[in-house]
Amino acid sequence: MDIFGNILGVACYEGLVFGLVTIGVYITFRVLAFPDLSVDGTFPLGGAIAAVLIVAGVNPFLATLAALGGGLVAGLVTGLLNTKLRISALLAGILMMVGLYSINLRIMSGANVPLLREVTSFDVIAELFGLHGGLAVSITLVSVVVTLFFVVLNWFLRTEIGLALRATGDNEEMVRGFGIDTDKTVLLGCSVSNGLVALAGALVAQNQGFSDVGMGIGMIVLGLAAVIIGEGLFHPKGIAPILLACLGGTFVYRLFITIALRLGMAPGDLKLITALLVVMVLAVPYLQKRMRKEWLEPAKRW
Amino acid sequence: MTTKATGNHRLLQLKSIKKVFARGTIDEVTALASIKLDIYDQDFVTVIGSNGAGKTTLLNIIAGVYPPERGGSVTISDEDVTHLLGYRRAVYIGRVWQQPETGTAGKLTIEENLSLALLRGQSRGLKGATNKQRRQLFREELAVLGLGLENRLNTPVYTLSGGQRQALSLVMATISKPAILLLDEHIATLDPKTAKTVLDLTDKIVRLEQMTTIMVTHNMEIALNYGNRLIMMHKGRIIVDMGEAKKKALKVSDLVSAFERAAGEEFDDDTILLSRGE
Repeated sequence: MDIFGNILGVACYEGLVFGLVTIGVYITFRVLAFPDLSVDGTFPLGGAIAAVLIVAGVNPFLATLAALGGGLVAGLVTGLLNTKLRISALLAGILMMVGLYSINLRIMSGANVPLLREVTSFDVIAELFGLHGGLAVSITLVSVVVTLFFVVLNWFLRTEIGLALRATGDNEEMVRGFGIDTDKTVLLGCSVSNGLVALAGALVAQNQGFSDVGMGIGMIVLGLAAVIIGEGLFHPKGIAPILLACLGGTFVYRLFITIALRLGMAPGDLKLITALLVVMVLAVPYLQKRMRKEWLEPAKRW
Repeated sequence: MTTKATGNHRLLQLKSIKKVFARGTIDEVTALASIKLDIYDQDFVTVIGSNGAGKTTLLNIIAGVYPPERGGSVTISDEDVTHLLGYRRAVYIGRVWQQPETGTAGKLTIEENLSLALLRGQSRGLKGATNKQRRQLFREELAVLGLGLENRLNTPVYTLSGGQRQALSLVMATISKPAILLLDEHIATLDPKTAKTVLDLTDKIVRLEQMTTIMVTHNMEIALNYGNRLIMMHKGRIIVDMGEAKKKALKVSDLVSAFERAAGEEFDDDTILLSRGE
């Protein structure tokens, strides 16, 4: 029983904190139709900024905010490469991902920064609520952060600017036809997306007790897998359900990963688990339709 | 050739408009050779011409999709907008495209599409995109269509039929009352019955809102029966420009023969007089 509780707890924490990554990926890939791969670089960027500042004695919450800021700026640069220099979205993201690797090494003056002896945001929360470390603290802090951003995004995406942002990925020519500068909406979307991702990086680094230059590897895959799982399982309609589906998708995804690890699978096998999980979520509804002899859409190439 | 002006003042002025694509290559095309055009307040101009006559290029120049060649100028309400391009021009221009998909955002709801359209050219802020007052306005505007869309504000637009989507597109193009409405063969992809419905809706809205309108069409009958002014284009030039009185006296056959003569001959002048029907 305790093991199940622990597995659920871990999946809960990871579902929430990586849920920020998923929401970020959702904003670029689905809302803006902008395949942004910077995410693999902005996640460790957040971790690096937060870790270095905490070691330098900055308040851990301020350090986390600074990481968010760093992500916002990095996302803005990705957007600028695309909108102002007309570099394709895919390439702009790859260039950022590669460039950020070096920048992250510079920020940390090395491949990693340990935080084990530092007071992190999680330690502050633990003391504040008198909790004794572990999952409860992790879940408490990330729940507060995720709830905050859920509320803000749920409001923002319904505003006039938020609507312009959502329409940009749907029909850019039309949006420009109504006098909206779509360069600006793309910049805004990329910025917000990578801000969320960097924030997640900052939280993960503090929780695991170190920041590492390689901690962002596979983040884009995680985000995409979670988006697809969330859409496949929950069929969300409307803004709040979509945000919740991002979180739910991440939870399910991390639950599978946690269980796989507990079953003794090697960490190297996890990529295969991810791939199989995404294939399953996509293939099962298709095969069901096929068995019911329903009309089938042709395969999408993008 | 005289042109009957409906309103008193000149709303749109095109001077020495020329447009060449793929200049200097083997594919060089002169889409617009030399266009001079004045459009007056509340004109409803129908534009006809064969493929490659330059009709869509003309609309794109007016809409600011691209600038004319050096030396040409576009003036709207006495303001030189030649270099006011792209989204900046949108404040003056409402447009309905040939494809219903181009004029609407499929994943958004009817209400969200209209909210987007309502704020044409205005700065957008952190207010909610829709509110009670706006919803009421949307219902009233949609009720004019008589398609029942006013009761389906929260329906995603991709679920609508082509005709419904084009009607919505029309409301979106006109809801913020831009100076000029451009209709680019907007009924060409619809079935004949739906096309007639959308066309009549167009006529209704244009009259109701007193919109200055330029409508491109392939259909000579439509070009004759709607609007108060007719322009015929050929090889990047305006070869016929007639007002309401002349248009009314004309039959499709007259127009066809005028068109055939225009297409079969070279003209020194920009315009020809129609011999038949005068």
